[in-house]
Amino acid sequence: MPELVNLEVFRYSPEHTPEPRFQKFQVPYNKEWVVLDALNYIKDRTDGSLSFRWSCRMGICGSCGVLINGEPKLSCATFLPSKSSKPIRIEPLRHFPVIRDLIVHIGDFMTKLKKVKPWIIRTNESPLSEGEFLQTPDEMERYHQFSHCINCMLCYAACPIYGLDPLFAGPAAIALAQRYNNDSRDQGAARRMPILSSHDGIWACTFVGECTQVCPKHVDPAAAIQQYKLTAALHSLKSVIAPRGAA
Amino acid sequence: MRRTPIEPILWSLFSAGGMLSALFIPVLLFILVLAPALGWLPAPGYAQLTSLLSHPLARLFLIALCALALVHAAHRFRYTLYDGLQIKHLNELVNILCYGGALAGSVWAIFLLFTRVAEPRL
Amino acid sequence: MTSHSGYTLHHPQWLRRRVSTWWWLSRWRYFKFILREITSVFVAAAVVLLLLYVAALRRGPDALIAFQSWLSRPPILAASAVVFFFTLIHSITWFNLAPKAMKVRLGNIPVPPALIAAGHYFAWLVISLALAWIILTGG
Repeated sequence: MPELVNLEVFRYSPEHTPEPRFQKFQVPYNKEWVVLDALNYIKDRTDGSLSFRWSCRMGICGSCGVLINGEPKLSCATFLPSKSSKPIRIEPLRHFPVIRDLIVHIGDFMTKLKKVKPWIIRTNESPLSEGEFLQTPDEMERYHQFSHCINCMLCYAACPIYGLDPLFAGPAAIALAQRYNNDSRDQGAARRMPILSSHDGIWACTFVGECTQVCPKHVDPAAAIQQYKLTAALHSLKSVIAPRGAA
Repeated sequence: MRRTPIEPILWSLFSAGGMLSALFIPVLLFILVLAPALGWLPAPGYAQLTSLLSHPLARLFLIALCALALVHAAHRFRYTLYDGLQIKHLNELVNILCYGGALAGSVWAIFLLFTRVAEPRL
Repeated sequence: MTSHSGYTLHHPQWLRRRVSTWWWLSRWRYFKFILREITSVFVAAAVVLLLLYVAALRRGPDALIAFQSWLSRPPILAASAVVFFFTLIHSITWFNLAPKAMKVRLGNIPVPPALIAAGHYFAWLVISLALAWIILTGG
């Protein structure tokens, strides 16, 4: 008799019932199984209608984020707890509208991500003949941490401010903006500033710090936001003191 | 030119106040209020304190500390009310109460430290 | 009952969930955040206490002694102990989080966050000792 693990999975199928519910499942315990394996077992063997997103199974695609016992986690990177008497509760990511079961609508994040222009902006393009932009290891180190973001949106699910104020740009978008602001090849910091240093940008953040706690890639969005607050505050003090000189 | 938003200014004051109060308030509370009340230290005497505050820099510093600490507290508490109780619709009332309170406290500090009544009684 | 009346076939019907007003009670880490934020009330209270002290000082030596004995009344002492405790929490959380907001570099070498925090604690210690010395000895 194999050891069994109990799961309580959030189900929402608006075509049948308008109200969500929790459904109990049992899966065999395997030492090397992650929560995603358990979900796939359910889908293959127990209930094919269970819907959830996943792709790479190795913590890089960022699509399998769910709440596991209330904590935002990648289901591909969270092992099944052994001998747990309490069932594992699996829910869709907080603060996003649910489309079905564990699948949330991520359009809001995608819009915000695009708004902060997370790509290299050049004001003066050099011709190809001049070759590539060179970067020293020190220069790369300045943005490297922020470049690890996989857009899994766990930080949005962890951030109470995003839940309370849906207009807030949110942790990942700001961290990714900083990833480009800190890149020696980028010249777009001034163009990102009006978006970042707005009421719904960094100033909505009260530094709960949960984004950093849940980030599976140790991006530390909370630090990115606080550092940008300092940058924006210094910039604005400068523009108060010397309004014309400020860029 | 883009209008300068108010948030960076408020945040600068919030940070300055947070830093000053973190560095200075615990020791002031301990030396002046807590330790004498518990009998751990003698209460500072009148002549000693007035001579300390007779220096304009000391008074200026105390005013800066009080005003910035109050702005810090007002700013932080405003957000706590927004987030903790979800009363963003009372935005204006909360702003007036918080920042207004900080302003009133600062005016009180200036009044206490820059108008003289103590000296004739010495 | 396969389909209920509010549902249009093949049209998504999103489920939107509200954040509870008491979200900060739901997890220990959220509660710690609110505890940190609520120190603001006690920082303001500390300022009021200091200003009351100055106000008593302004009214003369007798008023100062009366105020100091008022401070040692048990309810007032308890209240100021609570205020002191929360201002300590404010200082500690503030210095612990300071390295997140400031990224200091010496030339090309980033200063480790622990060192930045240690610098703040050191400044706190020096300032506290200096102020204590000035107030207790009269400068």
